[in-house]
Amino acid sequence: MSTHHLDARRLLCPMPVIKTQDTIKNLNNGDILSVVCTDPGAEHDIPAWCRINGHKVLDINHANHDITISIEVNGLGSTPSS
Amino acid sequence: MKGGKRHVVYDMNNRAAYKETSTTQKRKAVALISGGLDSMLATRLVMELGIHVEGINFFTGFCVEGHTHAIRKKDKTKPKRNNALWVAEQLGIKLHIVDVIEPYKSVVLNPKHGYGANMNPCLDCKGFMVGKAYEWIKENDFDFIITGEVMGQRPMSQRKDTMPVIQRESGAGDLLLRPLCAKKLPPTLPEREGWIDREKLLDLHGRSRKPQMALAEKYGFKDYAQPAGGCCFLTDANYTRKLTDLWGNRGTRDYELDDIMLLKVGRHLRPRSHFKLIISREEGESRFLEGYRKEFVHLKTISHGGPLALIDGDVNDNDLQLAARLVARYSQGRDADAVEIAIVDKQGISKNVTVNPIAVEDIPGDWIL
Ligand code: SF4
Repeated sequence: MSTHHLDARRLLCPMPVIKTQDTIKNLNNGDILSVVCTDPGAEHDIPAWCRINGHKVLDINHANHDITISIEVNGLGSTPSS
Repeated sequence: MKGGKRHVVYDMNNRAAYKETSTTQKRKAVALISGGLDSMLATRLVMELGIHVEGINFFTGFCVEGHTHAIRKKDKTKPKRNNALWVAEQLGIKLHIVDVIEPYKSVVLNPKHGYGANMNPCLDCKGFMVGKAYEWIKENDFDFIITGEVMGQRPMSQRKDTMPVIQRESGAGDLLLRPLCAKKLPPTLPEREGWIDREKLLDLHGRSRKPQMALAEKYGFKDYAQPAGGCCFLTDANYTRKLTDLWGNRGTRDYELDDIMLLKVGRHLRPRSHFKLIISREEGESRFLEGYRKEFVHLKTISHGGPLALIDGDVNDNDLQLAARLVARYSQGRDADAVEIAIVDKQGISKNVTVNPIAVEDIPGDWIL
């Protein structure tokens, strides 16, 4: 298990979701990804993407205008296409 | 290989190559999910017929999704959701969001089939997206593609004579199934091979939305998105005007993602052919535009509350004076005699000027894009 960071600040949705998806593709189940974004839409979209793909949102943190979402990678390999 | 009858599935790009599959294996389809109702219904229908479906959504940069809703406070009452993700969640399927910003440029800039009412190259766009989905199914070992197209629903890409064009130009051929109007079209491979019972597919056609609404009711879908013009900003007349202005004044028909994002934000005024002002309309937009401080000269009101504005173009002192007067007009000091404005260059060096806000009647209509 390892921890990874993704800076998606200034990106507008769905780019933070796409970056999260493309980063997670190269991680392993059990890894933690911490994504920092500024688009308020990401606070809704990234957890939605996690729910449908079987990953777990551990925490959402706000500091100034930064939103940090911690994700536990869980859903890799759960369907034929992953 | 599992037991059962063997099928031969041809690769449309290389008809000599084929893969062998079995009828006992669950077939897999990828559905183009736009976030609207039709693709949601088409997907649900095919899932009901025992097919494993995953969604795919293409981000071109022009999609109506999220951005401005997220930036603008006035939209706080609207759900800040990405409709494609929402649809996938309602359906209980995976969604793959694919960034196609770069390859999509050639579709917008040089559409073989031209544009619709605005800058929307719908027919080329559909061919492009189905083509990308076709590449995806080959890479991911899926069997076919589904879309929510309905014959006669849209004037350009969903006509009886243009629907085969999408099949042909995308390369997907008869691996493209349109469940909502399949009975109006020749049987596709999934139907001919018996992966899908053609009788269970539909024959919707025309512009009426009533059958879709009835189906939504049947499936219990509520609160789905109903975009008026289309799925992207290219169908929007105001947006198209700003895009045409950008190209006209740059002397080149090209764009980067930041260009097309900025066209969605703020008030755009072009007082001179060599420069344009992008003026925020509220706090969320100011914060968004602030992110471009290193790429543009920007103006900010000091003495009064007011917007943040970016200058796109090379300007002289007279231009800066005019820009400051315009920014003052859109500030809380609009009726004051003097408004102090900071003009900040790309290095962050700031100089303050005091100006008299320009009168509304001195702003010609054609400055406002
Ligand atoms: S409305 Fe936009 S995204 Fe939809 S088909 Fe037309 S060009 Fe493509």
